[in-house]
Amino acid sequence: MPQILKDTQVVSDNWILLDENAESIPAGNILLSYQQWQNFADHLSNHSGRIGIWLEGHAEIEQIIEPLLNLPLIAINFPKFADGRGFSTARLIKERYNYSGELRAIGGFIRDQLYLLNRCGFNAFQFSDENELSDAAESLKDFSENYQVSVDQENPLFRRR
Amino acid sequence: MYRYDNYDQKIVDERVAQFRDQTERYLAGKIAEEEFLPLRLQNGLYVQRLAPMLRIAVPYGMLSSNQVRKLAHIARVYDKGYVHFTTRQNVQLNWPALEDVPDILAELASVEMHAIQTSGNCIRNTTTDQFAGVAVDEIEDPRPWCEIIRQWSTLHPEFAFLPRKFKIAVCGSEEDRAAFLLHDIGLQLVKNEQGELGFEVFVGGGLGRTPIIGSSIRKFLPKQHLLSYLDAILRVYNRYGNRDNKYKARIKILVKAWTPEVFAKRVEEEWANIKDGPSTLTDAELARVTGFFSAPDYQDIDSTIADQSLAAKAAESNAFNRWLERNTELQKQSGYRSVTLSLKPAGVAPGDVTDTQLETIADLADQYAFGELRATHNQNVVLTDVLYSDLFELWQTAKQSGLATPTIGTINDMICCPGGDYCSLANAKSIPVAEDIQRKFSDLDYVYDLGDLELNISGCMNACGHHHIGHIGILGVDKKGKEWYQIQLGGSANKSASLGKVLGPSLSREEITDGIEKLLDVYVENRIADESFLNTYQRIGIDKFKERVYASNS
Repeated sequence: MPQILKDTQVVSDNWILLDENAESIPAGNILLSYQQWQNFADHLSNHSGRIGIWLEGHAEIEQIIEPLLNLPLIAINFPKFADGRGFSTARLIKERYNYSGELRAIGGFIRDQLYLLNRCGFNAFQFSDENELSDAAESLKDFSENYQVSVDQENPLFRRR
Repeated sequence: MYRYDNYDQKIVDERVAQFRDQTERYLAGKIAEEEFLPLRLQNGLYVQRLAPMLRIAVPYGMLSSNQVRKLAHIARVYDKGYVHFTTRQNVQLNWPALEDVPDILAELASVEMHAIQTSGNCIRNTTTDQFAGVAVDEIEDPRPWCEIIRQWSTLHPEFAFLPRKFKIAVCGSEEDRAAFLLHDIGLQLVKNEQGELGFEVFVGGGLGRTPIIGSSIRKFLPKQHLLSYLDAILRVYNRYGNRDNKYKARIKILVKAWTPEVFAKRVEEEWANIKDGPSTLTDAELARVTGFFSAPDYQDIDSTIADQSLAAKAAESNAFNRWLERNTELQKQSGYRSVTLSLKPAGVAPGDVTDTQLETIADLADQYAFGELRATHNQNVVLTDVLYSDLFELWQTAKQSGLATPTIGTINDMICCPGGDYCSLANAKSIPVAEDIQRKFSDLDYVYDLGDLELNISGCMNACGHHHIGHIGILGVDKKGKEWYQIQLGGSANKSASLGKVLGPSLSREEITDGIEKLLDVYVENRIADESFLNTYQRIGIDKFKERVYASNS
């Protein structure tokens, strides 16, 4: 079973990313794109496993997020690590829409972004290369203090000094 | 100036450890080149034409004497014995070894310095007026605000991977000495009718390939809301800025495409959601930070006596008098002046300074200026709070160390990027052109007669030498592998900011200094009374200059 980093631990991942060209929904916990989620809407109500959805980092989430907030998993795709839009999207989902399920980073992000991704609300990380997951977890601890408000920090440093 | 507490120190120390680990993994082949690139950039490390280049942050230009001694030590031990002051009030090392960079960062951290976000697509060093706190025309000291912005922007979790670099400047005075209208965000400290302090917010200014003057998007932002409003601007930019084409990725392009009105509306909508949250600044925090920039222990000076004895000294030495006129500024505190130490002697790259000069500067700061100094965006160093009675002695020491070239604000005080001698982006060399001009116009009487004149040189259209806003701007271009130079006239970085106009076809390296001389001739022949070059140009237009420069070439 594939592995991911979740809540600082390396764990087995029991979610299946639905193939781009899939014509039906297999059994199990399924991660679909927003488009697929709309296309398969009729079938999903009878699905026995759990349903999660993945969004592009640049998704106009204000338009689409409401019906997704009860899902157990939302993933945000990073087309490449330098594309920082997913950082803003994650904060909006967590802070403005109070999403409480698993928020997972997928795609081209890199280990050295983990600390900042985590601050923006991601608690799970699905790397394209699983080999060094436990080493990568070290990067979550790059800093023990920070200046700004974010998902992990309710008060800026100036209110805590 | 601001001093770190345990929190600030911890963050900088952990950053050093993080980068040490990243460098080790890179050298061990565990981080791919393209992944290491943004990591090293966000710690100021470029790989340049000849060697890596490390850009060290000097937050809003403030340095203490012990920090300057550390820079001297680093230049000597890890580099070739000199550093370069940049147009963003930062310092660059031109020859560090990649493997040494973690150690250099650790040395910097030991004196409360770092290289965080001096490069890369993130929020860069916030800049301001080199005369902050002492300027005669100051509305409010901008430095506490710069420090508050520094802390907010340092390792901001959401804005480390922006579409492009992002620069903020704060102006606290009537006259603009920070070129704040040419920044991604320009903040002007203002007071409203009730006398409350706040900011007028400008966005979308910038130089580079598409020079644009910033647009006002909010006339009055109450001071306590600064950070949430900045968050709102950055969030809108991070989400909607162009990421497909790096030449269209700066916020100025988005503001232009949407119009400033629409951009302002989007920011206000975003801000409405986060306003009044925990990022709202507290009086306690403002008092804490402002306290670091309180006035030094000024003596009570009889200004009439101080003026008289200074005038007497100046009468004895013409050289001292020249320096006094060009290189010192009045302050709002009577009996004290600010001194600009020139880093522009002929024959040295503008902004370059040796390790021993740095140590002299540190000594001068300790002896005469309460141990502090400022880097300027004109690539010089300023000592503030110097007693009138100390000026002569200070001048003598500075002169011996080659730091008293009396040409501040003249044609020879040019802004110049490192250019083709160092930079891998450059199309043409810029330092040798600066040197040619300084040698050509070495007659000080002539230079003084020309008066205030800003000449800016960039080696490529990225415009690090700010050529768009020089009264005379020179831009290096490459034509079929040969270096050519385009001249622009009439740029200005003050509050009525204007961008230069192209004079005509580029000149060759051999023609450029003669071309400049012809421009100056046209000015001298046409000026009325003590009109400046810029004002003469604005009155008579570009044609007369154009005719003269190209007459002999046809």
